[in-house]
Amino acid sequence: MAKLNLKINGEVKEVDVDPSTPILWVLRDHLNLVGTKYGCGIAQCGACTVHLDGTATRSCMLTVSMVGNSEITTIEGLSENGDHPVQKAWLDVDVPQCGYCQAGQIMTAAALLDKNPNPSDEEIEMAMNGNICRCGTYLRIKKAVKIASENS
Amino acid sequence: MNQIDKHIGRRAFIRNTGLAGGGLIIGFSWLNSCKPKNISTEQALEMPKEWFEINAYIKIGDNGVATIFCPNPEFGQGVMTAMPMIVAEELDISWKDVLVKQAPFNTELYERQFTGGSQGIRRSWEGLRMAGATAKQMLKQAAAEAWQVPVSEILVSDGVLSHEATGKTAGFGEMAAAASNMEVPENVETKAVKDFKIISHSKKNVEGKQIVTGEPMFGLDYQYEGTLIAMVEHPPAFGLKLKSFDDSEVRNMPGIVDVFQINTYDDNFVRNFFDTNAFPDLVAIVGKTTWEVMNAKKKLKAEWEPITEKKLTFDRFGSISEVTVPSGLESTNKHNELMEKMASQPGEIARKDGDPESAFKNAAKVLERSYSCPFLAHNCMEPMNFFAHVTEEGIKLAGPSQAPSIIESTLASRLDVPAEKIEIEMTRMGGGFGRRAYGHYAIEAALISKQAKAPIKLVYSREDDMTFGIYRPSYQATYRAALDENNNLIAFHVKSGGVPESPLFANRFPAGAVDNYLAEQWVINSNITIGAFRAPRSNFTAGVEQAFLDEVAEAAGKDPIDFRLELLKRVKENPVGEENDYDPDRIAGVLKLVKEKSNWGQTPPGVHRGVSAYFCHNSYAAHVVDVVMDGDQPRVEKVTCAIDCGIVINPDAASLMAEGAIVDGIGNAMYGNMTFTDGKPDHSNFDTYKMIRQNEAPKEIEVHFVQNEIDPTGLGEPPFPPVFGALANALYKATGRRFTKQPFSTDKPPLVG
Repeated sequence: MAKLNLKINGEVKEVDVDPSTPILWVLRDHLNLVGTKYGCGIAQCGACTVHLDGTATRSCMLTVSMVGNSEITTIEGLSENGDHPVQKAWLDVDVPQCGYCQAGQIMTAAALLDKNPNPSDEEIEMAMNGNICRCGTYLRIKKAVKIASENS
Repeated sequence: MNQIDKHIGRRAFIRNTGLAGGGLIIGFSWLNSCKPKNISTEQALEMPKEWFEINAYIKIGDNGVATIFCPNPEFGQGVMTAMPMIVAEELDISWKDVLVKQAPFNTELYERQFTGGSQGIRRSWEGLRMAGATAKQMLKQAAAEAWQVPVSEILVSDGVLSHEATGKTAGFGEMAAAASNMEVPENVETKAVKDFKIISHSKKNVEGKQIVTGEPMFGLDYQYEGTLIAMVEHPPAFGLKLKSFDDSEVRNMPGIVDVFQINTYDDNFVRNFFDTNAFPDLVAIVGKTTWEVMNAKKKLKAEWEPITEKKLTFDRFGSISEVTVPSGLESTNKHNELMEKMASQPGEIARKDGDPESAFKNAAKVLERSYSCPFLAHNCMEPMNFFAHVTEEGIKLAGPSQAPSIIESTLASRLDVPAEKIEIEMTRMGGGFGRRAYGHYAIEAALISKQAKAPIKLVYSREDDMTFGIYRPSYQATYRAALDENNNLIAFHVKSGGVPESPLFANRFPAGAVDNYLAEQWVINSNITIGAFRAPRSNFTAGVEQAFLDEVAEAAGKDPIDFRLELLKRVKENPVGEENDYDPDRIAGVLKLVKEKSNWGQTPPGVHRGVSAYFCHNSYAAHVVDVVMDGDQPRVEKVTCAIDCGIVINPDAASLMAEGAIVDGIGNAMYGNMTFTDGKPDHSNFDTYKMIRQNEAPKEIEVHFVQNEIDPTGLGEPPFPPVFGALANALYKATGRRFTKQPFSTDKPPLVG
């Protein structure tokens, strides 16, 4: 265990954890930020997606020791009032069914649009393929990403 | 206007006084109030200063805002929005003034709080309407008394009461206090379908904002002071049980509090319908944080030994039966061998019409085809988990469950605690698909809490979840059809079975359409546990039957839709037998609608089409699947879907359900595949168990609903099974080959030597 500082959602948080702890569990069990979800633990499902210096990253395999001074953004920190263009598009299109994968989908989409504001369908698919939706809302996810890209 | 009246019974209306919280609270047997939940402050609505409880479903604030409670737990099917819509419609309040909350688990108040079987809306339709209509009547009564006018002259619209002759008006908020004191009316009138303002008008998911901002909603997110995390270790294979374990390396690991064995139930425990469980003896590890417990679990040493054959007693809703669990370590190749052997022998006859044997002998053309599918893992995105806190006072539970009443019943029995002392909070479920009706994990959490003397959150890793069992069974079916010299279908024979249950529905189409009909079934017992998976049995039978009908249509030289419509016409006019378990007009209805909407007969170039139609779980669905070829790889481009589920409560959400069912169907038909080697599941995570991804989903899905005024039926399951058939039929058109072994991605043609 070690006392370490992490930059999360614009704040510096001190945590007392083993440096090999994945950020996913630091968020969920130590910082009360449960928006980032556990789905598989091996970076295959995308439910744990956060931004690391703006890049979509699977936090289940991102250990504290890897983070250093980088900034982490979680779903809770994506916007002040849930009004990021991606979040608004998600509500506009009424994307979710069960909702469990959606924070990860939104984080991946937000990072994509940040780097590529006008992605083609193929580019959306490639970027989002790492995020499984068991309920099958893929068509609406894609539609919402396109609407968000028009509105940002 | 309609009247819903006395089948509920006057005796069910009781009047309570003296309930804490002030104000008279009127109760039906299922309309008593409960402690109100904390009002969410992130709602855009202005909160009232005071709430008045009208019944268990509705509280109205002094400012006219209403809280409507959804009785059923939510797993993405949309009841949290749809059920309150029904209440709000009959209450006649404006949807913008409605705040929705999950009701607590309390079957005395809410009668039925089970999510599954696509029955939620169907079974609660009348009750929900009654809750709204009764409350509206009480508000009218309050206004009538306040204004000293006859109640029959009071009009209600969008939360406003009015009296034309005197010009008096009042919002619900002004009358709520008085309304909560009114007698509960005996007869209430409900609206005519044509007057619906909320029902059949799409509304957005009431929890959308919480979902997209990552608010705690799911069982895994549940917080409670002092909670410890627990995980359990189960045997690596079916047919094994715990022999001993060595926790010496684990006990002193960081964060670990305790390690001990639990026994969910012993072999003599009378299990109920959903107490399926291959692994009742588990090692539990309790610790401070999830990661620490996960690490400790990796270091736990356990020894396993083979199970001996045993008999278990099940009480399935009053029907007691004995089930034999065989010993042994089973493998998929052996299952497949056994299924082929059973398929070649006579089965147990479930239905026989006419003289199929002669008909086949004298036929001009006989077709035969066999089909199979593997076990499937449900793979809900949120792994199994549950919170339990067992104390002297009772048991507090929280988590994802489709069947809280089953958990309550089993727990009361297992821990010898009266049901009144068991409290269950239903969290939003990260998927269910049938898996979460089996509440073993809630029992495990309670047992661990009792032993650890602490509140416990039990967490299953993805590996634990995927290998625990309760799968969709593996099935096989052989179909035969006989045509006469005029290409009429004169005989039909289905023989199907599975490990370890039969998927047969002897009385579904085309039974009733064919003079000579034989349906047989067989079962191969197994110690691999199975359970309900989205449209149980239908999820195989629909696809294979619809694929076979396609082959028969082709052999008869007929268009697949016209072929089915002809047979359905025959069932309508001159059915064979009386036990035909479907409405032929309604199957024909969805076929005609999908034919029209897909422009059937005008297939776009490069597109290969397959059609199917099926009836299950009270609703009718038909699909046209459009496959295109990317080089030598087939891909689904578009699906057109037609559904008859009666009145559609929330059209956009209903479309979303159909879209999801279609994506799910394609994914499982193409990729889903749980196999076993010596009892061990071959897959434990998504690296090797393939799930459908964004780029494999269709590019376009169109959903159309048959418009009628039939009472609503369900939608979670009905659109799912026929997808497998339409896809198989489209793949045939695309490749010239019939795909008969699921998953289709592994159904490759034999190499030519």
